[in-house]
Formats: sequence, C-alpha cells, structure tokens
Amino acid sequence: MKHLLTTQGLSKDDAILLLDTSAQMAATQSRENKKLPTLRGRTVVNLFYEDSTRTRISFETAAKRLSADVINFSAKGSSVSKGESLKDTALTLHAMGADAVVVRHSASGAAHQLAHAGWLDAGVLNAGDGMHQHPTQALLDAFTIRRHLVGNVGTGVPGSRQSTDTSAGADLSGLRIAIVGDVLHSRVARSNVYLLRTLGAEVTLVAPPTLVPVGVETWPCRVSYHLDETLEQWQPDAVMMLRVQRERMSGGSGSFFPSPMEYSRKFGFDARRLAVLPDHSIVMHPGPMNRGLEISAAAADHPRSVIVEQVANGVAVRMAALYLLLAGTDETGTEKTGTEKTSTDERNTL
Amino acid sequence: MSAPSTTTYVLRGVLPYGTDAVDVVLADGVIAAIGAPGTVEVPESAREVRAEGHVLLPGLVDLHTHLREPGREDAETVFSGTRAAAAGGFTAVHAMANTTPTQDTAGVVEQVYRLGQEAGWVDVHPVGAVTVGLGGEKLAELGAMADSAARVRVFSDDGKCVHDPVLMRRALEYVKAFDGVVAQHAQEPRLTEGAQMNEGVVSAQIGLTGWPAVAEESIIARDVLLAEHVGSRLHVCHLSTAGSVEIIRWAKGRGIDVTAEVTPHHLVLTDDLARDYDPVFKVNPPLRTAKDVEAVRAGLADGTIDIVATDHAPHPVEDKDCEWSSAAFGMTGLETALSVVQQTMVDTGRMTWADVARVLSENPARIGRITGSQGRPVAVGEPANLTLVDPAATRAIEGRTQVTASDNTPFAGMELPGRVVATFLRGRATVLDGTVVDGTAIDAKSLEGATR
Repeated sequence: MKHLLTTQGLSKDDAILLLDTSAQMAATQSRENKKLPTLRGRTVVNLFYEDSTRTRISFETAAKRLSADVINFSAKGSSVSKGESLKDTALTLHAMGADAVVVRHSASGAAHQLAHAGWLDAGVLNAGDGMHQHPTQALLDAFTIRRHLVGNVGTGVPGSRQSTDTSAGADLSGLRIAIVGDVLHSRVARSNVYLLRTLGAEVTLVAPPTLVPVGVETWPCRVSYHLDETLEQWQPDAVMMLRVQRERMSGGSGSFFPSPMEYSRKFGFDARRLAVLPDHSIVMHPGPMNRGLEISAAAADHPRSVIVEQVANGVAVRMAALYLLLAGTDETGTEKTGTEKTSTDERNTL
Repeated sequence: MSAPSTTTYVLRGVLPYGTDAVDVVLADGVIAAIGAPGTVEVPESAREVRAEGHVLLPGLVDLHTHLREPGREDAETVFSGTRAAAAGGFTAVHAMANTTPTQDTAGVVEQVYRLGQEAGWVDVHPVGAVTVGLGGEKLAELGAMADSAARVRVFSDDGKCVHDPVLMRRALEYVKAFDGVVAQHAQEPRLTEGAQMNEGVVSAQIGLTGWPAVAEESIIARDVLLAEHVGSRLHVCHLSTAGSVEIIRWAKGRGIDVTAEVTPHHLVLTDDLARDYDPVFKVNPPLRTAKDVEAVRAGLADGTIDIVATDHAPHPVEDKDCEWSSAAFGMTGLETALSVVQQTMVDTGRMTWADVARVLSENPARIGRITGSQGRPVAVGEPANLTLVDPAATRAIEGRTQVTASDNTPFAGMELPGRVVATFLRGRATVLDGTVVDGTAIDAKSLEGATR
C-alpha cells in the first residue's frame, strides 16, 4: 500500500489487514509506555488546508506514538488565496524529504493529485478531500463497529460485556448500517458506503432528497427518505449520524431544508428513535456534533453511543495506516515482499 | 484583409469535398482553374503541391475562438492564436468577447480586428459582448460595434449566460436591425453555482459539485421561445446534452430561426475523464456522458446541430496545474477540431467530407454573415480560402508541440486521424507541407490599402 486515498476500490483483504493492524495498535495503547519505535527516523507531514481539530491531532498523536518525526503544516484557505499552489507546497515537502504526507484539503481530488501528479514521491494519506473521501474516518468507523458488533466488546459501561476484541480477521457480513444526514456534501458518507459494503455490511443512506446526490444509484447501498421507517422496519445494527453544516440551512432559496426544527423532527436522532432499535445497536457520529440538531444530548450521551470511543479508535486506525504505508518499505526504500508477513514480523517487535 | 498572394500554386490530384481527383490552380488570390489531373493549364512559375488523395475543403471557419488578447497575452495572443488556427486549417475565426477590457465597444473590437489583419494568418471577426463588461445588466453598444470597421454581426457574453429574460429579449430584438445574431452561452446561473463538472454518476462518486444538464436545457428552451416570439435569429453556443439536441430539433421543426453548435470535445470526451482530477478535462459546459456524446453526434449528422466550433480556450500552465476546483475552465481546440470531426463523424460513416465543409465552413460563415469571403464553394473564380487535409495520416497529439501558446489540449497522448497539409488564405499559403509558413505576413502598407 503506497497511498491511502479512497475506500472505493480498496480490497477486502487490505481493509481487514488495516482493521487487524488497528486492533494490534489499540492493544499497545493501554500500556503505560504507549510509544513504539516503528517509524523512528521517518518524517510525516500533516498538511492541513482546512480547519480540523480532531483529525489533525489524531494523526499527530498516531505518528508520534510510532516515533515518527511530525511536521505540521497548516495553510488556511485555498492554495490560490494563500498565494502558493498545491504543487509548490508539494515540491517543498519533497525537497524536505517527507516520507508520508497526511493531507486535508477543501478541493475534492487534492490527495489524488498529490499522489499522482508527479510532484512528490512520498506516501499520501487522505485526511479528507472536499466532498470526496475521508478513508481513515471510515476505517475507524468500521473498526468501532467490528469491535462492538463482531468482537463483542462492551461500550465501556461498568458491568457490560468483555473488553478483549475477538474480531481479528472478521468482516462485517450481515450487519446493517444506517447513515443519516447530509450525504450530498459528505466525504464520510462516501467513504463509509464503499468500505462497509466491501466488508460485507448492508448500508442504507437516510436523508431528505435534497441532500442525496444525483447519481447515487450506482453506489452500493439503499437510499431512504424516511428515518423512522428505516429504524422500525430495517432495524439497523448501527446508526451513523452525519453533521449538518449550518450554511446548508441558511442559503435562502438555496437552503436544503425548510428549517432546523423540521430537520430535527424528521432526521434528528433522539432517545425515542434509539428505543426503536435492537438492544445491541450502537450510535455513531464522526463529530463535531450539533447537539439538538442532528442528534439529541440524550442520544449522544447514551450508553449505546460510541462517539467518544470513535475518537480513541481513530488514533489506532491512523497508526495502522501510517505503519502499513511506511513500514512496508525498509530503510533503503525497497519494498518488502508480502505485506502480510512483513506486518506479522514487525508486530512481533512492537 | 490581406493582399492576394503573388505565388501561383497548382494542387495535384486533390479530392474536392472528398470526391474525384482534380488539379486545382490558385492564382491572384482566387481559384483560377479546376480540371481532371493533367488537363489544366498551369503557369510555368506555379509552385506544385503533390496532394494525391488529399481532401480539399473550403477554408474552415470557427465561430467560437478565444484569442485572449487584449488582457491575457500569457495564454494566447491574436498572433499566436490565429497562427494555431491556420495550422488547424482555418481561414477565419470569430474572436470571443471575454477579453480584458471586454470587447463591448467599437474601440476594442476594432483593435482586435486590426491585430488580426496585422497577424495575417486568418480573417479575425470579433464577437461583440451583449452586455457591458459581460455583466448581464446593461446592453453594450451593439450598433456601434456593428457599424465599426470590425462589422460585428455575432454578439455573445460567452462564458456568462444572458440569463435575464428581458435583457435577452431586448438583445434578440435589437440586433435584427443589422442582421446580427445573439450567440447564447446557455447556463442558468443559480443552478450552476460552484459547478465543477457534469452532475451525474461520476460527480456523485468523486465529490465535485455538479453542473446539471437542465441548467443548459432550460435556458435553450426559454431562448428558442423568445426568438420565436420576437422573430429573431438565435445561435446556441456549444450545446452539450441529449436534451439540448431534442429542444433544438423541436424548435427547428416549429420553424424557429435557431442555429446550434457543438464543440469537438463534446463529440468524443465524457465526464469519466474527471476521475483522475486532471483539470485539463475541466471545461464549460462540462464533458457529459456517453449518451450525450451519441446524441450530439446524431444531431450533427442529421443537421439539427449546424456547426462544429472549437471553443478554443487556451490557459497558461499555472491555471491548469492545480486543484480541480481552482483550475480554469477550457481546453484548446483549433489544431485538433478537424481531426476529431474526421474521427467521430467521417471515419464512422456518419458524414461525408461535403458535410464537414458544411459544418466547419459554410454554415459558420453563414451564421457569422461573412459569406462574401468565407465558406464559399470550391469553384473557379472563388476566393482561394482553402484547406487541404490528408485523411490517411495519423498524428500523436502533444500539448507542447502545438502552435497555440498554451498546452492545455485534452487530446495529449492520443493518436488522431487526419493532418492539415496546407491552408490557403486568399491564395497565400499560411500552412504548407503541414507546417505553418512564417514570415509571409503582409506588410503594413498593403494593410492600409486593403479593403473588405
């Protein structure tokens, strides 16, 4: 794996390898000394063109726990307003000898261009590009779902189920996941639809028709305009709420729904809707949440909410992604044969 | 207008409109003789062009060219753009109005017109802006541009749509006084805010804001009805969707005086090309689906679409070597247009070379009201504005080796059929042996005396 740009086209084997490696990484994170020597001497650049708190900190933490040198490069606004092109930034990073570039950009395709335009030869990890993809978010979502619904790990509530993840090697076959909210503008939705389907889960997107893209018919999922009907009749195992951006409802004649109240009534997740779900079901949100809009406080803070745990799992998943991108090659840059074997060997030294 | 050539040429064994082989003599700026091979009288001084099997067409006329001067000389100049036009087999181009300053006054259109004359590669006919500064709010002085030395007959806010229905109505009515035409860039602005590519399956997957077909079709539908109501002539620029073809077909069936154009790129490229986010494929209107490509080909073949026009839109490297959403819209087309038409329409058996002459020369000349000099028959006594193409040749397209000053061709790396072997502007070779003929531009003195 040279880059991680999209979940569309990611093989099932690679997806499971990423999840299994994430589990290995997560297991090391309960130790007193959380730091691993794996990426010592490697340089990871966090190139963030968009505001982000949790994703940037998550990647920074992941890289540091693997002993990589981390350079944070924040550039507010687009490359054009900044005055330096993405290309020139890429050439600069290349000159500085970056081994991996974690990029977030408001332009869909920015990560793809960094990886393929010939500007630099580092591994590129997409941390969110416009409305396109955010693959590590989908991986951490899949990881969280697998831990709970396949590995039977409890929600951290005292007295709940076991704490050891037994899901290694497993996929998500037979699980039903509802993704609810602003699908149109969501890279989280796009990433999850493809990854969850690859892992064998069934996905239903739930949104008002204005927030479903024209052309959605080729996506490997169902689409529903009715949340209550989906929850009652389809009985999802996990419900993933998407953030609704404030600007989507204040566009005058271009707003996507009539009012926040109407959106909440029809698509907001609350304790009443939670009660309709099977007992084992979990509630997810990629954050940051608009409490009271797409999710009520009661639902967000409910024992079956795994929202905080998603954040924690994000570090493990990003450690796994960085590790698989960078440790797949040795110090001379030649690719080792057999990713599976390599990772097993490396794991033994963790 | 450039002075007639002093060189006499004899073109041996050429196929006018792709039909039977003849020899053609060009002298004193006109076609002096046409006859079966070996039968025509050839002056001793004539330069012989061996052209057996090459197709002879009336010089190509582009109704939609962006020459970028004044204002964006880093992308193209009138000189470089018209030199590229000659290389592509054109003898006349209509230079779009979105320059800086805008071609919205007699002064600016005359400047572009004169730059074209000085360059001497093709006849340059400036297009006048419909509204002041392409602002869409106030009519530009259309009459002054029509009466100027540039004799503007085509008016367009191309790049912007004349979306205000009242303003569009007034423009359609006003230009009737001088037999002008409004060439509409059909794009409903509210439906295309932030639009980056065709709205459909591909945009949904790759996360780029969609430019829906309905934004084009709704404006075309409105405009043909307006044109019918006020009895005016309407030209629809670069239509790109199956629905647009249907509307034009319906309008023509109703007797509405509308003409339509399609670009070479919309005849062959689709929105799938956006998947790698290479902005060379970013264009407005956007590349559509395979179904739309088939519909515009069918529309061109059956005459619903009247012309192919290049929408040649040169951009400097920095405007394309960036994120998709920051990149400029547009692609070059002057040097590949004829090849794309050959590939998609002639080599597929859907059109003859006579049809090519119709859509790339005769019809655009008629719409632009320049039939006195361009789009004329290949016949004795006619002005020697001619294009000679070797249809059997193939060539690899490369941005850097094109004549235009910009590299942004979407056909880079592809092999296209057909090669322009020679272009003649009033008997003077602007291209010979497949190469532009530099250093033949006429001097200022002959310019002064030249008349239209």
